[in-house]
Formats: sequence, structure tokens, C-alpha cells
Amino acid sequence: MILTFDSVQQLSTRLGTTLVAAFLASTVECVEALTVVLAVGSVRGWPSALAGCATGIATLVAIVAALGPALTRIPLHLVQLVVGAMILLFGLRWLRKAILRSSGLIPLHDEAAAFAQNTAKLRGVRLAAGWDKLAFAAAFNITMMEGTEVVFIVIALGAGGRALMLTASLGAVAALSVVTALGFALHRPLARVPENTLKFIVGVLLSAFGTFWVGEGIGVAWPGDDLAIPCMMAAYLALALYLVPLCRSRARSVAGAQALAQKESCIAAKEDQR
Amino acid sequence: MNWIRSVVREIYGLFVDDSSFAFAILCWIVAMAGLVRYHVLQRWAGPTLFVGLALILTEGVLRVTRRKD
Repeated sequence: MILTFDSVQQLSTRLGTTLVAAFLASTVECVEALTVVLAVGSVRGWPSALAGCATGIATLVAIVAALGPALTRIPLHLVQLVVGAMILLFGLRWLRKAILRSSGLIPLHDEAAAFAQNTAKLRGVRLAAGWDKLAFAAAFNITMMEGTEVVFIVIALGAGGRALMLTASLGAVAALSVVTALGFALHRPLARVPENTLKFIVGVLLSAFGTFWVGEGIGVAWPGDDLAIPCMMAAYLALALYLVPLCRSRARSVAGAQALAQKESCIAAKEDQR
Repeated sequence: MNWIRSVVREIYGLFVDDSSFAFAILCWIVAMAGLVRYHVLQRWAGPTLFVGLALILTEGVLRVTRRKD
């Protein structure tokens, strides 16, 4: 599973990109989980919410510990192809959504609104005496759900070898630590985190990594070897930045046409009344 | 069983929210694997793989814009 690199510079670039990608992608997932855990804790009480969250993290660690070593027994090109295809589906989906959100075609994710919605939902259910099963289950579910995404991101970014896997894991642990510390300090959802910008950047990074891994998996000889990754990152970013204003102008022209049609139908209705 | 079903749905949702977009990506990977196996593209395989995926992304974004028309 260990890759050989032509130079120390290439290795440090690869590790640095992996660390940043893992940190940013995990931050997005941790912020989403934190919103729900904060809602559960503030409405239903902290012991059950924190217990659910801790059980979720422990379950994920156990799954990774059980399945992780199995990955090293699969041939490298097969791991690269399968993981590359998964990371491409995941990365391009995020990038596409981030472009559509940035251009205003679909609404931005609002952590404050999600917090309010969750607290309202949880307030509607009567508090049980003692152990709160609802709070435990809600915190456990969100931790498992977002945590699965973090585990997948770490596996996908670290698929090239042990050093990369360790770096990606460090990025994810750093994100978890930062978000948890901020959550404890602020006691409210991190609404100011520019989630769509993060998703945009992570979508670009994951798409480039996914394309590279798929290529390696099917036997492509990349021009410039590992340098192909930053080149593809730049190309995906340029494409995404080109598509945002294009979609925005199309959305505006559609909105303008709809407003004009509405105005014309109002005028026609008034003339009919006369 | 509901729990398992929801976990499977969540994992599926990680990768697919627009099935035709995901299907196009997978088809392109399979096509490229075939072309590389039979040495059709040689040195141009990497750039071709990237350009195909970039076009799929562009089409996926513009399709949503058209749908809003």
C-alpha cells in the first residue's frame, strides 16, 4: 500500500493537500452534527445527548478498526479504482450542489434555521423521567450519519498509503476538536461558518483526488505524475467559477421573464375589468 | 429493519442525489477503463478522463438551470 514518491517536495505537497482537504470536509460534517447535538442538549438535557454522541463516535471507531486493516489486503489498483469512483461521485455531487447554491438556484444551508427547526421538533415531545431515549437516539443517529461521511472522506483521501491515511485522519481529528471546542465555548450553532464556501473548496479537492485515483486504478499514466492533482484542482476550480455567474445570469433572466409575464397578466386582467 | 433501510438510504444519498448525473460519471469511468485497456488513448488518457468528467459536471449544472426555466 505504500507509494514511492519522486521527491520530498511532492510528498509534502500531497500530504499538505490531503490534510487540508480532510480538515475542511470533516469541518462541514462536524458543524452539521454539532447543530443537532446542541439542539438535543439544550432542549432535552445534556447527559443523554452527550452519551448518544459519545456512543456514536465509539461505534464509528470500532467499525474503522475492524474494516481498516481489511483494506490493506485488497490490491492497490482495485482500492484506487473503487475508492476513486466513490470519491468522484461524492466530490462532483458536492461541487455541483455548491455551484447551484452559489448561483442562487437552490437555497443555502442555514445552520441557525436547522437549529430552530430541531429544537421546535424536540420540544413537542414530552420529557421522560430519568434516561431520555429520544435525546440519546437523536444524538447517536446524527453522529453516526455525519461520522460515516467523515470516515468515508478519510478513507478516500488516505487511499494512497499509510502516510496519507494518517494525515487524513489527523485532519479529521483536528476538525472534530476545533468544532467541539467552539461548540462548548459558544453553546450555539456555528451559523457563521461559510459552509457553502467550504463545500465548494472540498468539492474541488475531492473531484481532483477522485479523478486521479480513478485514473491510477484503470492504468492511466498521468502527465507530470502527482503534479496532475494540483493541475486538476485548478481546472475544476476555474470551471466551477465560470459556471456560477453563468447559472446566476440564467436564473435572473428566468426570474425577470416570470416577473414580466406576471405584470403583463395583471395589466390584461385590469383591462378586462374596464 | 427500518434502521438498516435508513442507513442504506443515507449511504446511497452520500454518493447519489441525481441518478442520471451519477450514472453518467460511472459510464464514463467504464468507457475510459475500456479505452485504456486497449491502449486507444495512450498519453491522452488522463486529460480525456478529466475533460469527460468536467463536461458531465457542466451538463449536470446546466440541466438544473434549464429545469428552472
